[in-house]
Amino acid sequence: MKRHALSTRLWHWLNLFCVVVLFMSGLTISNAHRLLYWGDWGFSRQQAWLEVPRFPDWMTIPGYYSLAVARDWHILVAWPFAVGLLLMWAAMLLNRHFKRDIATSKREWRWSNIKQDVIQHLKLDFDHGDGKYNFLQKLAYGLVLGVFLPMMIFTGMAISPGLEPVLGWMVDLMGGRQSARSLHFIFAFVIFGFFVVHLALVILAGPYRQIRDMIAGGRVDEA
Amino acid sequence: MKRRGFLAVLGAGFVAGCNKFADSDAGSKLLGAAEKWHKGAHEFLTDRNALAPEFPRSAISPFFRGNGSVDPQNGDYPAQAAAGFADWRLQVGGLVKHPLSLSLENIRKLPQRTQVTRHDCVEGWSAIGEWTGPQLSLLLDAAKLKPEAKFIVFRCADNLNGQDYYESVDLIDAYHPQTIIAHELNGKPLPIRNGAPLRMRIERQLGYKHAKYLTAIEAVASLDDIAGGKGGYWEDRAGYQWYAGI
Repeated sequence: MKRHALSTRLWHWLNLFCVVVLFMSGLTISNAHRLLYWGDWGFSRQQAWLEVPRFPDWMTIPGYYSLAVARDWHILVAWPFAVGLLLMWAAMLLNRHFKRDIATSKREWRWSNIKQDVIQHLKLDFDHGDGKYNFLQKLAYGLVLGVFLPMMIFTGMAISPGLEPVLGWMVDLMGGRQSARSLHFIFAFVIFGFFVVHLALVILAGPYRQIRDMIAGGRVDEA
Repeated sequence: MKRRGFLAVLGAGFVAGCNKFADSDAGSKLLGAAEKWHKGAHEFLTDRNALAPEFPRSAISPFFRGNGSVDPQNGDYPAQAAAGFADWRLQVGGLVKHPLSLSLENIRKLPQRTQVTRHDCVEGWSAIGEWTGPQLSLLLDAAKLKPEAKFIVFRCADNLNGQDYYESVDLIDAYHPQTIIAHELNGKPLPIRNGAPLRMRIERQLGYKHAKYLTAIEAVASLDDIAGGKGGYWEDRAGYQWYAGI
């Protein structure tokens, strides 16, 4: 892998900020109605498939219960989040970061390769040589960039009543508006899960160098 | 420091920073601006008359939850309810050439629109019901808006926490084909819980726009001098977004 491109580094930190604000303001929105449903409608415990806990104030934006203020934050930061992801994809395709570093090859999907990768991770052996990601890294980054983050945008748009006249097909595809809302929460927590594992691996793999490279780009000739 | 404690401090610190930003002048302006960008994007991406989805009757939910006021006790509402709303009038006024005062009978005799639509509360729940009533555009055309009219304000009979409920929309939503003055839910007169005898249906926006216990429709040039000036009860009281399409 070459140095992290400037676009990659800028997007990484912008996206971190956006995801944190969206998640924390989302927890306030969750506190407004803690029941999740499948299908098009649902309004009481009888229809709910899950009742989530009430999230405490130190986890939420704002730091007190206000659905209106939380929605202000959520819909403001949704813009840099969505536009940022779109620009990141354009940059990744143009500078070949995606093809070179993230797209997996058929060879990497071989069971022996995956097994070896998993064992290395379990041994906390992160010395896979400079210059490229291993299979699990590629898979994780590919899923985050290609599925989890875009799904937040699509499910978010699907629960907007003003957009539904043009996105009705998308709402139907997700199984209805309440299903789209449930998926919005599920993917939010999937991203939270990635965030925790990502952070843990950065700490285990040498946080100083990792964070320095993600800010400054890293050296080209390290290999 | 325990991990949970560390996270709490980190979280609270970040939250405090966000609160400080939100309280600043520039911060609150920016937070408010996003609502306008969304409204602009929605108008850019969708036809102003594009319809919210309508459902088959089989999709109607077995119950239609009420929220906010569900049984007003102020003014003459209880007496009106006891009399079956026989003397209920709907006023159409403000910046119009021909103010109207309509009885429920007048409203029932107008051409009707029936639509099975989904109601989305800002808090997150949804219910589906079949609504019947005349399109608002019919009344506005009969009253003839003056050119300076920019918004339509809905006045309501209920008083929540000492403030009269009201709402408002721009002319795009006022003239939307699915914007109706509903007097029936699922083929029966509206229950009190859902806004008897008349309520608005603004199908492309969230539930708090759909004003219940409707008494008057007023055309205005600006929302600044009405109640708290933000265009609606929840907007004034708690800072809810005036454009509730998100």
